[in-house]
Amino acid sequence: MKLLQEQLDILEILEENHQVSTKSIAEQLQLDEEEVKKHIKQLEQDGIIVSYPALIDWSKIEGKEAIVAMVDVKVTPKRGVGFDEVAERIYRYPEVKSLYLMSGTYDLSVSVEGKSMKDIALFISEKLSTIESVVSTTTHFMLKKYKHDGVIMEGDKDDDRRMVITP
Amino acid sequence: MTRDYHKYISTRAIELQPSGIRKFFDLAAGMEGVISLGVGEPDFITPWNIRDRSIEALSDGFTSYTANAGLLELREEICAYLNRRFDVTYQPENEVIVTVGASQALDLTFRTLLNSGDEVLIIEPAFVAYASLVAMAGGIPVSVSTYAENGFKVTPELIEASITKRTKAILICSPNNPTGTCLNKEELTAIAEVVEKHDLIVVSDEIYAELTYDQAFTSFSSLPRMFERTILINGFSKGFAMTGWRLGFIAAPKELTSIMLKIYQHTTMCAPHMLQLGAIEALRNSSEQVEKMQKSYWRRRNLLVQSLNRIGLDCHMPGGAFYVFPSIKKTGLTSEEFAENLLKEEKVAVVPGSAFGPSGEGYVRCSYATSIEQLQEAVVRMERFLGRYVDR
Repeated sequence: MKLLQEQLDILEILEENHQVSTKSIAEQLQLDEEEVKKHIKQLEQDGIIVSYPALIDWSKIEGKEAIVAMVDVKVTPKRGVGFDEVAERIYRYPEVKSLYLMSGTYDLSVSVEGKSMKDIALFISEKLSTIESVVSTTTHFMLKKYKHDGVIMEGDKDDDRRMVITP
Repeated sequence: MTRDYHKYISTRAIELQPSGIRKFFDLAAGMEGVISLGVGEPDFITPWNIRDRSIEALSDGFTSYTANAGLLELREEICAYLNRRFDVTYQPENEVIVTVGASQALDLTFRTLLNSGDEVLIIEPAFVAYASLVAMAGGIPVSVSTYAENGFKVTPELIEASITKRTKAILICSPNNPTGTCLNKEELTAIAEVVEKHDLIVVSDEIYAELTYDQAFTSFSSLPRMFERTILINGFSKGFAMTGWRLGFIAAPKELTSIMLKIYQHTTMCAPHMLQLGAIEALRNSSEQVEKMQKSYWRRRNLLVQSLNRIGLDCHMPGGAFYVFPSIKKTGLTSEEFAENLLKEEKVAVVPGSAFGPSGEGYVRCSYATSIEQLQEAVVRMERFLGRYVDR
Protein backbone atom coordinates (compact mmCIF):
# COMPACT_ATOMS: atom_id res chain seq x y z
CA MET A 1 0.00 0.00 0.00
CA LYS A 2 1.31 3.44 -0.87
CA LEU A 3 0.64 6.29 1.52
CA LEU A 4 0.59 10.05 1.21
CA GLN A 5 3.51 11.97 2.72
CA GLU A 6 1.19 13.52 5.31
CA GLN A 7 -0.04 10.06 6.33
CA LEU A 8 3.54 8.95 6.81
CA ASP A 9 4.19 12.06 8.89
CA ILE A 10 1.17 11.28 11.07
CA LEU A 11 2.39 7.72 11.61
CA GLU A 12 5.82 8.98 12.67
CA ILE A 13 4.28 11.24 15.28
CA LEU A 14 1.92 8.56 16.60
CA GLU A 15 4.66 5.98 16.78
CA GLU A 16 6.62 8.30 19.04
CA ASN A 17 3.64 9.12 21.24
CA HIS A 18 0.10 8.10 20.39
CA GLN A 19 -1.40 10.41 22.99
CA VAL A 20 -0.62 13.53 20.96
CA SER A 21 -3.85 15.37 20.22
CA THR A 22 -5.08 15.64 16.67
CA LYS A 23 -4.91 19.40 17.06
CA SER A 24 -1.21 19.23 17.85
CA ILE A 25 -0.59 16.88 14.93
CA ALA A 26 -2.42 19.28 12.64
CA GLU A 27 -0.30 22.20 13.82
CA GLN A 28 2.93 20.28 13.50
CA LEU A 29 2.20 19.22 9.95
CA GLN A 30 0.41 22.36 8.77
CA LEU A 31 -2.78 20.38 8.14
CA ASP A 32 -6.43 20.81 8.98
CA GLU A 33 -7.46 18.97 12.16
CA GLU A 34 -10.41 17.30 10.42
CA GLU A 35 -8.05 16.07 7.77
CA VAL A 36 -5.80 14.54 10.42
CA LYS A 37 -8.75 12.77 12.03
CA LYS A 38 -9.81 11.43 8.66
CA HIS A 39 -6.32 10.11 7.92
CA ILE A 40 -6.02 8.41 11.30
CA LYS A 41 -9.38 6.73 10.89
CA GLN A 42 -8.37 5.51 7.47
CA LEU A 43 -5.04 4.19 8.74
CA GLU A 44 -6.85 2.33 11.51
CA GLN A 45 -9.36 0.85 9.09
CA ASP A 46 -6.60 -0.26 6.75
CA GLY A 47 -4.90 -2.10 9.61
CA ILE A 48 -1.80 0.07 9.35
CA ILE A 49 -2.29 1.42 12.83
CA VAL A 50 -2.90 -1.86 14.66
CA SER A 51 -3.29 -0.76 18.28
CA TYR A 52 -2.16 1.86 20.78
CA PRO A 53 -0.57 -0.03 23.69
CA ALA A 54 1.34 1.51 26.58
CA LEU A 55 4.81 0.15 27.24
CA ILE A 56 4.80 -0.90 30.88
CA ASP A 57 7.78 -2.13 32.85
CA TRP A 58 6.03 -4.75 35.00
CA SER A 59 9.34 -5.85 36.47
CA LYS A 60 9.30 -2.73 38.66
CA ILE A 61 6.03 -3.70 40.35
CA GLU A 62 6.17 -6.01 43.32
CA GLY A 63 4.13 -9.13 42.77
CA LYS A 64 3.76 -8.37 39.09
CA GLU A 65 7.21 -9.44 37.92
CA ALA A 66 6.90 -11.77 34.98
CA ILE A 67 9.29 -14.36 33.66
CA VAL A 68 9.90 -14.33 29.96
CA ALA A 69 11.48 -17.01 27.84
CA MET A 70 12.47 -16.87 24.20
CA VAL A 71 11.83 -20.29 22.70
CA ASP A 72 13.41 -21.38 19.43
CA VAL A 73 11.03 -23.83 17.81
CA LYS A 74 11.77 -26.17 14.94
CA VAL A 75 8.69 -27.36 13.08
CA THR A 76 7.79 -29.40 10.04
CA PRO A 77 5.85 -27.17 7.69
CA LYS A 78 2.67 -28.60 6.22
CA ARG A 79 1.90 -28.82 2.56
CA GLY A 80 -0.45 -26.05 1.45
CA VAL A 81 -0.35 -23.99 4.65
CA GLY A 82 3.40 -23.82 5.30
CA PHE A 83 4.14 -22.47 8.74
CA ASP A 84 0.95 -20.46 9.11
CA GLU A 85 -1.17 -23.19 10.60
CA VAL A 86 1.25 -24.17 13.33
CA ALA A 87 2.02 -20.52 13.98
CA GLU A 88 -1.63 -19.83 14.58
CA ARG A 89 -1.96 -22.77 16.94
CA ILE A 90 0.88 -21.31 18.97
CA TYR A 91 0.09 -17.61 18.93
CA ARG A 92 -3.48 -18.14 20.07
CA TYR A 93 -2.20 -19.05 23.54
CA PRO A 94 -2.31 -15.95 25.74
CA GLU A 95 1.04 -17.00 27.27
CA VAL A 96 2.66 -16.26 23.91
CA LYS A 97 3.59 -12.58 23.74
CA SER A 98 5.19 -12.58 20.33
CA LEU A 99 5.90 -14.99 17.53
CA TYR A 100 8.12 -14.58 14.52
CA LEU A 101 8.99 -16.84 11.62
CA MET A 102 12.79 -16.83 11.35
CA SER A 103 15.43 -17.75 8.87
CA GLY A 104 18.35 -19.85 10.08
CA THR A 105 18.69 -22.87 12.34
CA TYR A 106 15.18 -22.83 13.73
CA ASP A 107 11.80 -21.73 12.39
CA LEU A 108 9.72 -19.93 14.98
CA SER A 109 10.85 -17.56 17.68
CA VAL A 110 8.26 -17.56 20.42
CA SER A 111 8.33 -15.37 23.50
CA VAL A 112 6.43 -16.88 26.38
CA GLU A 113 5.49 -15.11 29.55
CA GLY A 114 4.58 -16.66 32.89
CA LYS A 115 4.59 -15.95 36.60
CA SER A 116 7.31 -18.48 37.32
CA MET A 117 9.83 -20.70 35.58
CA LYS A 118 7.58 -23.58 36.43
CA ASP A 119 4.68 -21.96 34.55
CA ILE A 120 6.81 -21.61 31.47
CA ALA A 121 8.26 -25.11 31.72
CA LEU A 122 4.76 -26.46 31.99
CA PHE A 123 3.55 -24.50 28.99
CA ILE A 124 6.44 -25.66 26.86
CA SER A 125 6.28 -29.31 27.81
CA GLU A 126 2.53 -29.66 27.80
CA LYS A 127 1.32 -27.24 25.17
CA LEU A 128 4.07 -26.20 22.83
CA SER A 129 6.11 -29.35 22.31
CA THR A 130 3.08 -31.57 22.09
CA ILE A 131 1.87 -29.86 18.92
CA GLU A 132 2.47 -32.54 16.33
CA SER A 133 4.49 -30.55 13.81
CA VAL A 134 6.83 -29.21 16.50
CA VAL A 135 10.12 -31.07 16.18
CA SER A 136 12.13 -29.47 18.96
CA THR A 137 12.29 -26.50 21.32
CA THR A 138 15.22 -24.62 22.86
CA THR A 139 14.33 -22.32 25.73
CA HIS A 140 16.27 -19.18 26.76
CA PHE A 141 15.14 -17.37 29.88
CA MET A 142 15.35 -13.61 29.67
CA LEU A 143 17.37 -12.11 32.51
CA LYS A 144 16.95 -8.39 31.92
CA LYS A 145 15.19 -6.21 29.43
CA TYR A 146 17.41 -3.32 28.35
CA LYS A 147 15.54 -2.07 25.34
CA HIS A 148 12.12 -2.95 24.00
CA ASP A 149 10.62 -1.82 20.69
CA GLY A 150 13.10 1.04 20.40
CA VAL A 151 12.62 2.23 23.96
CA ILE A 152 15.41 2.04 26.52
CA MET A 153 13.83 0.61 29.67
CA GLU A 154 16.14 1.80 32.43
CA GLY A 155 15.47 5.51 31.97
CA ASP A 156 17.19 7.03 28.98
CA LYS A 157 20.40 8.67 30.13
CA ASP A 158 19.91 11.32 27.48
CA ASP A 159 18.87 14.03 29.92
CA ASP A 160 18.85 17.63 28.86
CA ARG A 161 22.26 18.85 29.94
CA ARG A 162 22.10 22.16 28.09
CA MET A 163 22.38 25.46 29.88
CA VAL A 164 19.13 27.39 30.17
CA ILE A 165 20.17 30.13 27.79
CA THR A 166 22.87 29.95 25.14
CA PRO A 167 23.60 32.25 22.22
CA MET B 1 45.10 45.72 49.66
CA THR B 2 43.48 44.71 46.41
CA ARG B 3 45.45 45.33 43.32
CA ASP B 4 44.00 47.55 40.64
CA TYR B 5 44.09 45.33 37.58
CA HIS B 6 42.52 47.90 35.34
CA LYS B 7 45.82 49.34 34.27
CA TYR B 8 47.02 45.92 33.12
CA ILE B 9 44.05 45.26 30.88
CA SER B 10 43.88 46.31 27.25
CA THR B 11 41.45 49.01 26.24
CA ARG B 12 40.16 46.74 23.52
CA ALA B 13 39.22 44.06 26.03
CA ILE B 14 37.59 46.56 28.36
CA GLU B 15 35.56 48.11 25.56
CA LEU B 16 34.27 44.74 24.43
CA GLN B 17 30.49 44.47 24.94
CA PRO B 18 29.45 41.62 27.22
CA SER B 19 26.87 39.31 25.70
CA GLY B 20 23.33 40.51 26.42
CA ILE B 21 22.39 36.90 27.01
CA ARG B 22 24.55 36.51 30.08
CA LYS B 23 22.22 38.44 32.36
CA PHE B 24 19.27 36.19 31.57
CA PHE B 25 21.36 33.16 32.01
CA ASP B 26 22.21 34.24 35.55
CA LEU B 27 18.59 35.07 36.28
CA ALA B 28 17.19 31.81 34.88
CA ALA B 29 19.92 29.50 36.15
CA GLY B 30 18.77 29.66 39.78
CA MET B 31 15.08 29.01 39.06
CA GLU B 32 13.15 25.78 39.32
CA GLY B 33 10.60 24.67 36.75
CA VAL B 34 11.76 26.97 33.98
CA ILE B 35 10.77 26.08 30.42
CA SER B 36 13.56 27.37 28.29
CA LEU B 37 13.01 28.63 24.78
CA GLY B 38 16.34 30.35 25.18
CA VAL B 39 18.68 27.63 24.12
CA GLY B 40 20.63 28.12 20.92
CA GLU B 41 21.49 24.48 20.39
CA PRO B 42 19.79 21.20 19.44
CA ASP B 43 17.93 19.23 22.08
CA PHE B 44 19.24 16.04 20.51
CA ILE B 45 22.29 14.28 21.86
CA THR B 46 24.91 13.57 19.20
CA PRO B 47 23.92 10.39 17.29
CA TRP B 48 25.38 7.32 18.96
CA ASN B 49 27.50 6.11 16.05
CA ILE B 50 29.44 9.39 16.16
CA ARG B 51 29.93 9.26 19.93
CA ASP B 52 30.91 5.61 19.72
CA ARG B 53 33.55 6.36 17.08
CA SER B 54 35.20 8.97 19.28
CA ILE B 55 35.04 6.75 22.35
CA GLU B 56 36.82 4.07 20.33
CA ALA B 57 39.32 6.61 19.04
CA LEU B 58 40.09 7.67 22.57
CA SER B 59 40.60 4.11 23.78
CA ASP B 60 42.74 3.38 20.76
CA GLY B 61 44.98 6.24 21.77
CA PHE B 62 44.29 8.87 19.13
CA THR B 63 45.43 11.62 21.44
CA SER B 64 48.12 13.35 19.40
CA TYR B 65 48.09 16.57 17.38
CA THR B 66 46.92 16.34 13.81
CA ALA B 67 47.89 18.45 10.81
CA ASN B 68 46.98 22.09 11.48
CA ALA B 69 44.21 22.02 8.91
CA GLY B 70 42.85 18.80 10.42
CA LEU B 71 43.09 15.15 9.35
CA LEU B 72 43.26 14.89 5.57
CA GLU B 73 40.66 12.13 5.73
CA LEU B 74 38.27 14.51 7.47
CA ARG B 75 38.98 17.30 5.00
CA GLU B 76 38.25 14.89 2.18
CA GLU B 77 34.94 14.00 3.78
CA ILE B 78 34.12 17.68 4.29
CA CYS B 79 34.78 18.43 0.63
CA ALA B 80 32.70 15.45 -0.47
CA TYR B 81 29.91 16.57 1.84
CA LEU B 82 29.98 20.18 0.63
CA ASN B 83 29.88 18.97 -2.93
CA ARG B 84 27.10 16.47 -2.34
CA ARG B 85 24.87 18.75 -0.28
CA PHE B 86 25.58 22.26 -1.52
CA ASP B 87 27.10 21.84 -4.95
CA VAL B 88 30.40 23.57 -4.18
CA THR B 89 33.86 22.24 -4.97
CA TYR B 90 36.84 22.63 -2.66
CA GLN B 91 40.21 20.89 -2.60
CA PRO B 92 40.86 18.94 0.61
CA GLU B 93 44.62 19.48 0.36
CA ASN B 94 44.59 23.25 0.66
CA GLU B 95 41.13 24.81 0.73
CA VAL B 96 39.68 23.51 3.99
CA ILE B 97 40.60 24.06 7.64
CA VAL B 98 38.98 22.20 10.51
CA THR B 99 38.48 24.64 13.37
CA VAL B 100 37.41 24.60 16.99
CA GLY B 101 33.79 25.47 16.29
CA ALA B 102 32.45 27.85 13.67
CA SER B 103 33.16 30.64 16.18
CA GLN B 104 36.87 30.11 15.82
CA ALA B 105 36.47 29.93 12.07
CA LEU B 106 34.98 33.43 12.21
CA ASP B 107 37.76 34.67 14.45
CA LEU B 108 40.38 33.29 12.10
CA THR B 109 38.60 34.84 9.15
CA PHE B 110 38.50 38.33 10.57
CA ARG B 111 42.09 38.21 11.80
CA THR B 112 43.06 37.24 8.30
CA LEU B 113 41.01 39.86 6.48
CA LEU B 114 41.05 42.98 8.58
CA ASN B 115 43.38 45.91 8.91
CA SER B 116 42.66 48.44 11.58
CA GLY B 117 39.63 50.46 10.55
CA ASP B 118 38.35 48.08 7.88
CA GLU B 119 34.59 47.86 7.92
CA VAL B 120 32.53 44.68 7.92
CA LEU B 121 28.81 44.81 7.22
CA ILE B 122 26.80 42.72 9.63
CA ILE B 123 23.19 41.97 8.82
CA GLU B 124 21.18 42.65 11.96
CA PRO B 125 19.59 41.17 14.05
CA ALA B 126 22.73 39.09 14.29
CA PHE B 127 24.44 36.42 16.34
CA VAL B 128 25.83 38.07 19.48
CA ALA B 129 29.50 37.44 18.74
CA TYR B 130 29.85 38.85 15.23
CA ALA B 131 30.43 42.50 16.07
CA SER B 132 32.86 41.65 18.87
CA LEU B 133 34.84 39.29 16.67
CA VAL B 134 35.24 42.01 14.05
CA ALA B 135 36.22 44.54 16.70
CA MET B 136 38.77 42.22 18.30
CA ALA B 137 40.43 41.81 14.93
CA GLY B 138 40.73 45.59 14.71
CA GLY B 139 37.86 46.06 12.29
CA ILE B 140 34.73 48.16 12.57
CA PRO B 141 31.42 46.32 12.60
CA VAL B 142 28.76 48.20 10.62
CA SER B 143 25.19 47.11 11.22
CA VAL B 144 22.73 46.74 8.38
CA SER B 145 19.28 46.62 9.93
CA THR B 146 16.56 44.39 8.55
CA TYR B 147 12.86 44.57 9.31
CA ALA B 148 10.00 42.25 10.19
CA GLU B 149 7.81 43.65 7.38
CA ASN B 150 10.22 42.04 4.97
CA GLY B 151 10.71 38.87 7.02
CA PHE B 152 14.09 40.24 8.19
CA LYS B 153 15.54 39.75 4.73
CA VAL B 154 18.41 41.95 3.70
CA THR B 155 18.18 43.58 0.28
CA PRO B 156 20.90 44.88 -2.05
CA GLU B 157 19.61 48.41 -1.40
CA LEU B 158 20.04 48.07 2.36
CA ILE B 159 23.56 46.76 1.86
CA GLU B 160 24.56 49.41 -0.64
CA ALA B 161 23.36 52.19 1.66
CA SER B 162 25.94 51.06 4.24
CA ILE B 163 28.93 50.58 1.96
CA THR B 164 31.81 53.04 2.32
CA LYS B 165 35.32 53.15 0.93
CA ARG B 166 36.46 51.18 3.96
CA THR B 167 34.00 48.32 3.54
CA LYS B 168 35.89 45.11 3.02
CA ALA B 169 33.46 42.32 3.68
CA ILE B 170 29.86 41.36 4.34
CA LEU B 171 28.94 38.76 6.89
CA ILE B 172 25.84 36.82 5.90
CA CYS B 173 24.21 34.22 8.10
CA SER B 174 21.46 32.30 6.35
CA PRO B 175 19.49 30.66 7.91
CA ASN B 176 19.84 33.35 10.49
CA ASN B 177 20.26 33.33 14.24
CA PRO B 178 18.05 34.86 15.76
CA THR B 179 15.38 35.42 13.09
CA GLY B 180 15.46 32.04 11.31
CA THR B 181 15.32 33.95 8.04
CA CYS B 182 16.60 32.17 4.96
CA LEU B 183 17.79 33.87 1.80
CA ASN B 184 16.94 32.00 -1.38
CA LYS B 185 18.99 31.78 -4.53
CA GLU B 186 17.49 34.87 -6.16
CA GLU B 187 17.98 36.99 -3.07
CA LEU B 188 21.58 35.87 -2.69
CA THR B 189 22.24 36.44 -6.37
CA ALA B 190 21.04 40.02 -5.99
CA ILE B 191 23.49 40.46 -3.11
CA ALA B 192 26.26 38.89 -5.21
CA GLU B 193 25.87 41.70 -7.75
CA VAL B 194 26.51 44.30 -5.06
CA VAL B 195 29.47 42.27 -3.83
CA GLU B 196 31.01 42.28 -7.27
CA LYS B 197 30.24 45.91 -7.93
CA HIS B 198 32.01 47.00 -4.76
CA ASP B 199 34.70 44.33 -4.87
CA LEU B 200 33.91 42.78 -1.50
CA ILE B 201 34.49 39.48 0.27
CA VAL B 202 31.54 37.54 1.69
CA VAL B 203 31.86 35.70 4.96
CA SER B 204 29.04 33.19 4.68
CA ASP B 205 28.10 31.62 7.99
CA GLU B 206 26.25 28.50 6.88
CA ILE B 207 26.15 26.75 10.24
CA TYR B 208 22.36 26.29 9.99
CA ALA B 209 22.44 25.07 6.37
CA GLU B 210 21.21 21.60 7.32
CA LEU B 211 18.22 23.15 9.05
CA THR B 212 16.44 24.68 6.08
CA TYR B 213 12.81 23.73 5.62
CA ASP B 214 10.72 25.10 2.80
CA GLN B 215 13.25 25.72 0.06
CA ALA B 216 16.54 24.11 -0.81
CA PHE B 217 19.52 25.76 0.85
CA THR B 218 21.77 27.81 -1.40
CA SER B 219 25.41 28.24 -0.46
CA PHE B 220 26.72 31.67 -1.37
CA SER B 221 29.83 30.04 -2.74
CA SER B 222 27.76 28.11 -5.29
CA LEU B 223 26.64 31.27 -7.08
CA PRO B 224 28.40 32.17 -10.35
CA ARG B 225 31.80 33.83 -9.74
CA MET B 226 31.27 33.83 -5.97
CA PHE B 227 33.60 30.96 -5.09
CA GLU B 228 36.55 33.34 -5.32
CA ARG B 229 34.85 35.90 -3.05
CA THR B 230 33.40 33.60 -0.41
CA ILE B 231 34.73 32.37 2.89
CA LEU B 232 32.35 29.54 3.68
CA ILE B 233 31.96 28.74 7.33
CA ASN B 234 30.10 25.71 8.55
CA GLY B 235 30.42 23.04 11.21
CA PHE B 236 28.93 20.09 12.96
CA SER B 237 27.17 21.84 15.85
CA LYS B 238 23.65 22.37 14.59
CA GLY B 239 22.94 19.90 11.81
CA PHE B 240 24.65 16.96 13.53
CA ALA B 241 23.78 18.00 17.11
CA MET B 242 27.45 18.33 18.08
CA THR B 243 27.63 21.76 19.73
CA GLY B 244 29.83 20.71 22.64
CA TRP B 245 32.36 19.07 20.35
CA ARG B 246 33.42 22.46 19.09
CA LEU B 247 34.09 21.40 15.55
CA GLY B 248 33.68 23.70 12.60
CA PHE B 249 35.40 24.34 9.33
CA ILE B 250 36.36 26.98 6.81
CA ALA B 251 36.32 26.44 3.07
CA ALA B 252 37.89 29.19 1.02
CA PRO B 253 40.28 29.82 -1.88
CA LYS B 254 43.78 28.59 -1.00
CA GLU B 255 45.25 32.09 -1.13
CA LEU B 256 43.16 32.83 1.96
CA THR B 257 43.37 29.50 3.78
CA SER B 258 47.17 29.52 3.57
CA ILE B 259 47.27 32.77 5.55
CA MET B 260 44.61 31.55 7.97
CA LEU B 261 46.63 28.45 8.58
CA LYS B 262 49.60 30.57 9.59
CA ILE B 263 47.52 32.20 12.32
CA TYR B 264 45.94 28.91 13.31
CA GLN B 265 49.35 27.28 13.80
CA HIS B 266 50.21 29.82 16.42
CA THR B 267 46.88 30.07 18.20
CA THR B 268 45.39 26.57 18.29
CA MET B 269 47.49 24.00 16.40
CA CYS B 270 44.53 21.82 15.53
CA ALA B 271 41.11 20.56 16.57
CA PRO B 272 41.09 17.57 18.96
CA HIS B 273 42.19 14.40 17.21
CA MET B 274 39.68 11.94 18.66
CA LEU B 275 36.81 14.32 17.93
CA GLN B 276 37.90 14.75 14.34
CA LEU B 277 37.55 10.99 13.96
CA GLY B 278 33.99 11.24 15.25
CA ALA B 279 33.36 13.98 12.70
CA ILE B 280 34.44 11.66 9.89
CA GLU B 281 31.84 9.17 11.09
CA ALA B 282 29.27 11.98 11.21
CA LEU B 283 29.83 12.86 7.56
CA ARG B 284 29.90 9.25 6.41
CA ASN B 285 27.06 7.62 8.27
CA SER B 286 24.58 10.05 9.74
CA SER B 287 22.48 11.41 6.92
CA GLU B 288 19.42 9.45 7.99
CA GLN B 289 19.63 10.76 11.53
CA VAL B 290 20.29 14.30 10.35
CA GLU B 291 17.15 14.08 8.22
CA LYS B 292 15.16 12.81 11.17
CA MET B 293 16.27 15.77 13.27
CA GLN B 294 15.46 18.21 10.46
CA LYS B 295 11.99 16.80 10.22
CA SER B 296 11.48 17.04 13.94
CA TYR B 297 12.51 20.72 13.95
CA TRP B 298 10.23 21.38 10.98
CA ARG B 299 7.25 19.99 12.87
CA ARG B 300 8.03 21.99 15.96
CA ARG B 301 8.52 25.17 13.95
CA ASN B 302 5.08 24.76 12.41
CA LEU B 303 3.53 24.21 15.82
CA LEU B 304 5.25 27.13 17.51
CA VAL B 305 4.69 29.67 14.73
CA GLN B 306 1.02 28.80 14.55
CA SER B 307 0.63 28.87 18.33
CA LEU B 308 2.41 32.20 18.80
CA ASN B 309 0.40 33.86 16.07
CA ARG B 310 -2.77 32.47 17.63
CA ILE B 311 -2.03 33.96 21.05
CA GLY B 312 -1.18 37.29 19.48
CA LEU B 313 2.60 37.25 19.22
CA ASP B 314 2.97 37.98 15.52
CA CYS B 315 5.80 36.25 13.77
CA HIS B 316 6.82 35.38 10.24
CA MET B 317 7.38 31.78 9.18
CA PRO B 318 11.15 31.36 9.40
CA GLY B 319 12.70 29.25 6.66
CA GLY B 320 15.44 27.72 8.76
CA ALA B 321 17.45 27.31 11.98
CA PHE B 322 15.38 26.60 15.11
CA TYR B 323 14.27 30.09 16.06
CA VAL B 324 11.08 32.04 15.87
CA PHE B 325 11.32 35.80 16.30
CA PRO B 326 7.93 37.18 17.31
CA SER B 327 7.07 40.83 17.86
CA ILE B 328 6.22 41.75 21.44
CA LYS B 329 5.50 45.40 20.62
CA LYS B 330 1.83 45.26 21.56
CA THR B 331 2.76 44.60 25.20
CA GLY B 332 4.35 48.03 25.40
CA LEU B 333 7.38 46.43 27.05
CA THR B 334 10.95 46.56 25.82
CA SER B 335 12.21 43.18 24.75
CA GLU B 336 14.39 43.02 27.84
CA GLU B 337 11.47 43.82 30.15
CA PHE B 338 9.35 41.27 28.35
CA ALA B 339 11.95 38.55 28.75
CA GLU B 340 12.60 39.41 32.37
CA ASN B 341 8.92 39.61 33.37
CA LEU B 342 8.04 36.47 31.46
CA LEU B 343 10.78 34.61 33.24
CA LYS B 344 9.84 35.92 36.68
CA GLU B 345 6.07 35.61 36.29
CA GLU B 346 5.66 32.50 34.17
CA LYS B 347 9.07 30.85 34.24
CA VAL B 348 9.50 30.82 30.50
CA ALA B 349 12.94 31.83 29.27
CA VAL B 350 13.28 33.64 25.95
CA VAL B 351 16.09 35.85 24.72
CA PRO B 352 15.37 39.57 24.27
CA GLY B 353 15.78 40.65 20.66
CA SER B 354 17.92 43.58 21.75
CA ALA B 355 20.70 41.10 22.57
CA PHE B 356 21.10 40.70 18.82
CA GLY B 357 21.50 44.40 18.11
CA PRO B 358 19.27 47.47 18.25
CA SER B 359 17.13 46.28 15.35
CA GLY B 360 16.09 43.28 17.44
CA GLU B 361 14.33 45.58 19.89
CA GLY B 362 10.61 44.84 20.04
CA TYR B 363 11.15 41.13 19.42
CA VAL B 364 12.21 38.06 21.37
CA ARG B 365 13.94 34.93 20.20
CA CYS B 366 12.14 31.69 20.95
CA SER B 367 14.01 28.49 20.23
CA TYR B 368 11.90 25.48 19.37
CA ALA B 369 14.72 23.03 20.06
CA THR B 370 12.77 21.61 22.96
CA SER B 371 10.06 18.98 23.28
CA ILE B 372 6.57 19.46 21.86
CA GLU B 373 5.12 19.12 25.38
CA GLN B 374 7.40 21.89 26.65
CA LEU B 375 6.56 24.10 23.69
CA GLN B 376 2.85 23.65 24.29
CA GLU B 377 3.20 24.40 27.98
CA ALA B 378 5.32 27.46 27.19
CA VAL B 379 2.59 28.76 24.88
CA VAL B 380 -0.04 28.32 27.60
CA ARG B 381 2.11 30.31 30.01
CA MET B 382 2.86 33.00 27.45
CA GLU B 383 -0.82 33.40 26.64
CA ARG B 384 -1.57 33.87 30.33
CA PHE B 385 1.25 36.41 30.53
CA LEU B 386 -0.03 38.34 27.52
CA GLY B 387 -3.48 38.47 29.10
CA ARG B 388 -2.01 40.68 31.79
CA TYR B 389 -0.18 43.04 29.46
CA VAL B 390 -2.33 43.36 26.36
CA ASP B 391 -5.85 44.80 26.25
CA ARG B 392 -8.02 42.57 24.18
